Amino acid sequence: MAQVIEAINLTKVYGKKEAAFTALDSINVSIEAGETVAIVGKSGSGKSTLMHILALLDKPSSGSMKIGGKDASKLSTKQLDMVRNKTFGFVFQQFFLNGNDTVLNNVTLPLKISGLSRKERNKRGIEVLQAVELEDKANSKANDLSGGQKQRVVIARALANNPKLIFADEPTGNLDTRTGATIENLLFTLNKKKGITLVIVTHDKDLASRCNRQIYIEDGKIISGVKR
Amino acid sequence: MRLTDIIKDANSNLLRSKARTILTIIAIFIGAFTLTVTNGIGSGVSKYIDQQLGNLGAEDVLIVQQQVDDPFGSGPKKYEEGSLSSNAFAGGPTLPLLRDEDIKKITSVSGIQGADPFLNIVADYIIGPNFEKYTVTISAYITGTNLGLLSGELPDNGSADLQIIIPHNYVPVLGFNSPDAAVGKKIALAITSALGEQGTVDATVVGVQENSLLSINGASVNDSLLRNLFAVQSEGKPATAQDGYAAVVARVGTDISPGEMERIKNELKDKGYAAQTFQDQIGVFKQVIGAIITVLNFFAVIALLAASFGIVNTLLMAVQERTKEIGLMKAMGLSRGKIFLLFSIEAVLLGFWGSLLGSLAGIGVGKVANQIATNTFLKDLPGFSLTSFSPFSVLTIMLIIMAISFIAGTLPARRASRKDPIEALRYE
Repeated sequence: MAQVIEAINLTKVYGKKEAAFTALDSINVSIEAGETVAIVGKSGSGKSTLMHILALLDKPSSGSMKIGGKDASKLSTKQLDMVRNKTFGFVFQQFFLNGNDTVLNNVTLPLKISGLSRKERNKRGIEVLQAVELEDKANSKANDLSGGQKQRVVIARALANNPKLIFADEPTGNLDTRTGATIENLLFTLNKKKGITLVIVTHDKDLASRCNRQIYIEDGKIISGVKR
Repeated sequence: MRLTDIIKDANSNLLRSKARTILTIIAIFIGAFTLTVTNGIGSGVSKYIDQQLGNLGAEDVLIVQQQVDDPFGSGPKKYEEGSLSSNAFAGGPTLPLLRDEDIKKITSVSGIQGADPFLNIVADYIIGPNFEKYTVTISAYITGTNLGLLSGELPDNGSADLQIIIPHNYVPVLGFNSPDAAVGKKIALAITSALGEQGTVDATVVGVQENSLLSINGASVNDSLLRNLFAVQSEGKPATAQDGYAAVVARVGTDISPGEMERIKNELKDKGYAAQTFQDQIGVFKQVIGAIITVLNFFAVIALLAASFGIVNTLLMAVQERTKEIGLMKAMGLSRGKIFLLFSIEAVLLGFWGSLLGSLAGIGVGKVANQIATNTFLKDLPGFSLTSFSPFSVLTIMLIIMAISFIAGTLPARRASRKDPIEALRYE
């Protein structure tokens, strides 16, 4: 299968000299299209930093990132913005919804950023809301939804631009077990039906075990699951 | 992100914190209002002056006076044997007078076709058919000036008839029913001679002039009447006493070029005379008005400066509040430039709304003030509107304020655009 992203010898160091702290140490990760990968680790292990670098939100101190076989450091800022907008979708633990705005407007934000007209945005927005079964809430305020509904809105937003890959940072962290299970099912269904690659950052072993592959991280190093 | 979406978002972001937005807009409003009103008054006044200048017309006339280095005097001056002087106004500086030989010198300048002394007539009163006496200021009519006549015709300086033009407000008080009724009628002017005896001179009203800034209580007389009045005034003056004139009216050709006019002025200056056209004399008045408007505008600009700090403050708070949102949008691929635009347009919109409301209020208040003014203290000056607003100047003010707002917005907008998406997303 084609590689979506590949990290070669990633190292991330915060601070300088004596105060230097190595958050990631010589990490090699290759993620192929259609895979579901869990990045597992305790808080402070470096799993979020890894996800940020994989998602091109952050730059490594050394090592390189490849996206679709191309060196990410050679991409212009504009191209990076394009990749994050069109190729990636993001699901966050804290949702990051604009509570005072409608569900539909929240979902269509990535489409607005990519420059679609309101009409096109709303059409696609309703489609993705149908995919998460929330089309009847399109005109409600995001604040009026339950936690599970909010996370479904976030997933709909991640789906809006038809991404190849979804990064999910603790997607069930703020939800109760039953609602969490619904969200998990939704994500894995999207993987199966649409072939969307999933990269899930979690400390939940059960969620991790549902993925094809688990990358365990401790103190910035991969301790198991480098390659399948 | 489309520009229209950015503008719409920036505008709706303004409404998120209504109280803060309104307070910021009020600050801009005050500046815009002041600028609009002061400029309105400025253009109203200068429009009127231009109109009056148009009335004057005579562009081929120079008023020549003795040159005074410092019009307000720099201490006592040494008396020069045989020099004459006049008090230009009570308690004011003393102006040296011009004599007949000065007139010869002035006429000798090439380009000057003739020079007549500006005879200073102090009339006691004017009297009409109802035998009521009114004080009046007499000025010589200079051929070529346009007095803005309501009826009748301009005086003829070549005529031997004794002609006078009276201002409109003298028509009823002297006992005439209408301006038309006054034309052709006789009035009399009383004048006191050097011996202290009062004599009168009869004159014919040839025209009635509209009241204006330059004609209040002033009647224009033709050459014959002027000389007649001067003769009465000088009666009994010792023959040895020299005639002195405060000013001389020099005539240049009507088709004179500005450069040629400048040369004549400079030549007269070299000979020790100060020469001014009517335009120059009124230009001084315009300069004073201009200076007052500039000072008022300066205050308005200070108000705007204070308001711009309000914009900076408001937007810095907004950037702080929306840190997460900025982070999210950047993570989703919104470029730095667009984030910058989002916040700087928000600043420009603050300026837009503040200046729009401020200008509209300024125009509204200006028009009301104008209505009140023309009905009260400007009643005697027809055609004088206190304020005048042109769409161009209002638009200019708005654009300037929006530019100031944009500059004020760059600091917060830059801060927003430089936010690190990861830091921003972690921000609680």
